[in-house]
Amino acid sequence: MSAGKLPADRADPLQHARSPNRTFGPQPPGAQFEVVGKRSRKVDAAGKATGEARYTDDLALPGMLHGKTLRSPHPHARIKRIDTAKAEALPGVLGVVTGAEMPVRFGVIPWTQDETALAVDKVRFIGDPVAAVAAVDEETAQAALRLIEVDYELLTPLFDPAEALARKDVVIHEGNKHGNVTKEVLLEFGDPDGALARSDFVVEDDYEFHGTAHAPIETHVALARYGSDGVLTLWSATQIPHYVHRELARVLDLPAPQIRVIQPHLGGAFGGKSDPFSLEFCAAKLAIKTRRPVKFLYTREEEFYAHRGRHPMQMRFKTGMTKDGRLTAVDSKILIDGGAYSSFGLVTTYYSGQLLTGPHDLPNYRFHSTRVFTNKPPCGPKRGHGSVQPRFALEVQLDRLAEKAGLDPIEVRRRNFQGAYTTTVNGQRVTSNGFDQCLAQVEAASGWKARRGKLGRGKGLGCAGSMYISGTNYCVYPNDMPQAGIQIKVDRSGLVTVFSGASDIGQGSNTVVATIVAEELGLRLEDVRVVAADSDLCPVDLGAYSSRITFMVGNAAIHAARKLRKLVQQAVAEEWGVAPERVALAGGFAFDLEERARVVSSAKAFHLAEAKFETLGATGSYNTPNLGGDYRGGTIGASPAYSFTACVAEVDVDLETGEVRVPHVWTSHDCGRALNPVLVEGQIEGSAYMGFGEVFLESHAVNQYGLTTRPNLLDYTIPTALDCPEFHASIVESLDPEGPYGAKEAGEGPLHPTIPAIANAIHDACGIWLTKLPFTPAKVLAALQAKAKADAASGGTRGGASGGASGGALGGDQGGKR
Amino acid sequence: MTAETRILRLHVNGSDVDVAAPSHWTLLEVVRYRLGLTGTKQGCDKGDCGACTLLVDGRARLSCITLAGDAVGHRVTTIEGLVTKDGLDLLQRTFDEAGALQCGFCQPGMIVAARACLDAKPEATRAEVKEALASNLCRCTGYTKIFEAVEQAVRAGRAAHTNGPASLVGDSAALAGGRR
Repeated sequence: MSAGKLPADRADPLQHARSPNRTFGPQPPGAQFEVVGKRSRKVDAAGKATGEARYTDDLALPGMLHGKTLRSPHPHARIKRIDTAKAEALPGVLGVVTGAEMPVRFGVIPWTQDETALAVDKVRFIGDPVAAVAAVDEETAQAALRLIEVDYELLTPLFDPAEALARKDVVIHEGNKHGNVTKEVLLEFGDPDGALARSDFVVEDDYEFHGTAHAPIETHVALARYGSDGVLTLWSATQIPHYVHRELARVLDLPAPQIRVIQPHLGGAFGGKSDPFSLEFCAAKLAIKTRRPVKFLYTREEEFYAHRGRHPMQMRFKTGMTKDGRLTAVDSKILIDGGAYSSFGLVTTYYSGQLLTGPHDLPNYRFHSTRVFTNKPPCGPKRGHGSVQPRFALEVQLDRLAEKAGLDPIEVRRRNFQGAYTTTVNGQRVTSNGFDQCLAQVEAASGWKARRGKLGRGKGLGCAGSMYISGTNYCVYPNDMPQAGIQIKVDRSGLVTVFSGASDIGQGSNTVVATIVAEELGLRLEDVRVVAADSDLCPVDLGAYSSRITFMVGNAAIHAARKLRKLVQQAVAEEWGVAPERVALAGGFAFDLEERARVVSSAKAFHLAEAKFETLGATGSYNTPNLGGDYRGGTIGASPAYSFTACVAEVDVDLETGEVRVPHVWTSHDCGRALNPVLVEGQIEGSAYMGFGEVFLESHAVNQYGLTTRPNLLDYTIPTALDCPEFHASIVESLDPEGPYGAKEAGEGPLHPTIPAIANAIHDACGIWLTKLPFTPAKVLAALQAKAKADAASGGTRGGASGGASGGALGGDQGGKR
Repeated sequence: MTAETRILRLHVNGSDVDVAAPSHWTLLEVVRYRLGLTGTKQGCDKGDCGACTLLVDGRARLSCITLAGDAVGHRVTTIEGLVTKDGLDLLQRTFDEAGALQCGFCQPGMIVAARACLDAKPEATRAEVKEALASNLCRCTGYTKIFEAVEQAVRAGRAAHTNGPASLVGDSAALAGGRR
């Protein structure tokens, strides 16, 4: 690892191949924060509350056609013949497209591009797109799909990842180097075998994480227009407009400057819209073919086929501890069910191991993760990408070891706290780290010390901790350009417009950008307008994934705005004949710090600067420093800063029915500086909610025929207002030296500990260790019965109340296979 | 296709409007694609998610499973109809002030469902609010700030009842504790 000496300015691109890592420290630009840290309203909230905000399906163009996708009814088959003649002849049909017309493979990771817009030669899961139609209305398009003739030669499907790994005779992707293995990573740090052998306590268990879906309320939707100027415009519900832009150019063989990608308001994503998707290519291709605008809106059922949900993982974990509660080593072996395509799977495979080396000091570590293809809808990144599953296993094992050592679970985590400014065993640089304060907050808020063990029969408390990245320095496609860019324009009215490449997917990135620019230029929030995620107007940002936007785009925004701030201060200072340091910018004014009566409006200050210098504008950018371990994959999961979370859950287990109620979840999250605490709380609450849903309710189930069995929101049960616990969010601000004003991520980290905290609370409540998600009443009941049998056999009579005694049965498995 | 097209006289957001639409179209399709009132959203098109909720005679209805023809002779209010010459509905403001809007896609349906709830029960408790919003799925917030927004509106409504309408804006702004 080398920090690398980076240039202060990238004026000479030949000399400095990599753009510099510029950060500004946690201090305010002026004497105190004026906008940052306030509970301000979101810049786009009013329009969302009134229905004015336009989402992609709210857009309509004259002459617009409606697109529909024909999908495979078979999980694994070769396409022998496709005949679209009858569909094309149907009145009202203006265009039909098949895979042969778009054979170029794409995929978000350049090394694993294995998708085509529509199937070429082969289909790999039930729901794989085969052909697409554009017609005057949806009904006609639907009727046309029924007229497309496809002859399939059925192939043996593989649904079980272990079978997919073992079978050499059935290959889902011909040409793949390693059978059905999409990625295998084995990394070892320190001496895990020796450390485990020397440990006072060792636990080894199998854990299972089922598949879950993002289920955003807005389904995938794309609208394409091919103009007479030869420009293709695509409006899409995507969280990665830049990658979509690149892939459209490749697949459609169009020059990239002729393509414009716009992400309108977006109705939820959670990682589910961070791949390029079939409908984006089909809408574009059909718009070109028909010379009419074409819109595709996925049905709720299609949303479940597009998927990219959380990977099911089978995890064997072995963890050791000393008598005094120090973690000695972790050894994990993980089989990851990837579904039919690679998606982000290369990264998932690394993340399943790389992101487990904090907030607990882990001195010895091995992980061996293998992702395999199966004939099911493809998995991908879902909130807390790759690490939510192993975090569940690790945090439950920590509680098992704490019990063996006779220690309080929170105390064990406290003793293993890795601290700030350290390097993890896998070479990740940790800067700010407020995990100890997170623990203290949830311990106090939940009444842990006073209440644990005293809640009564079937009731309990459990805790867990976690870490997550604030973006990584692994750029999806290799280049030396910045990861994030900002451009600012100043109007003579006093309005400042910020052009941001970042995708606001509801998390509030436009508000974050406006907050930062308002802070730097001394403006009110309403004097800043953000134009975002439009490839014609905005500088490139890589997208809303890996929790990267606040950190990276935030730093880029400071970089750009501070240049302008200096110009404005200098111009006003010269006008007044004072030193620039005396000119303060705040609240829509520029004033003299020493003679407070001397004041001009921000608009007037901009006029002075424009007169003195030139048309006002600025750009800013951010790139990560060189980070990560010096080994293959060492940069994957290497982040400029990590967020940390502690969680306590309270449960109430019905010992007769196995039903678990969760009255409260307390989550404390270290997000560095909270640029807007309301937004941070919203991310914490929403994360805890999503984790809660995965524990009990949600399962992306696929049956023995490969059919997705719950492709709707009635059967795929996401929590309703009546299901949810009370979520209590609190914030720890361990100011990060490189984050924008010290900020780090908040969108994904807080999900992680929810799941193991609930598992640990169930153990506290009734003495069972559940190892296989989701925790259905049937599984809980089976574990309770197994425990009762074991207790009877050993003569033990442990009751259901909370307690620290050892033992307890492993969770029984009655769940359906994914 | 050769679906029968009918002219429907609907009463939407206070005005009569004649709409030509295929007879099998839902109220959701008509308000979105004929009237351009795209504030009402489609999330599932089968009555599972609540994003399409609007008001029919003041009661929350799932417009994706309501035939447009069945709305003839009834008062239809969409999210756009909650904005009057006096400004935004109290709930539209409290949802904003409480930070209840993340992606915002479920919120038009959520806000009109909350409006129907408070019109029926101006002093709704949290349990009653949860019950009233149970058919409206939100994937972003965990509902916490949505409940807070409705409770804020209950308090502001109570204050307005006591002090007259002038206090409405002030109270809800004060409760949010925020300036922009």
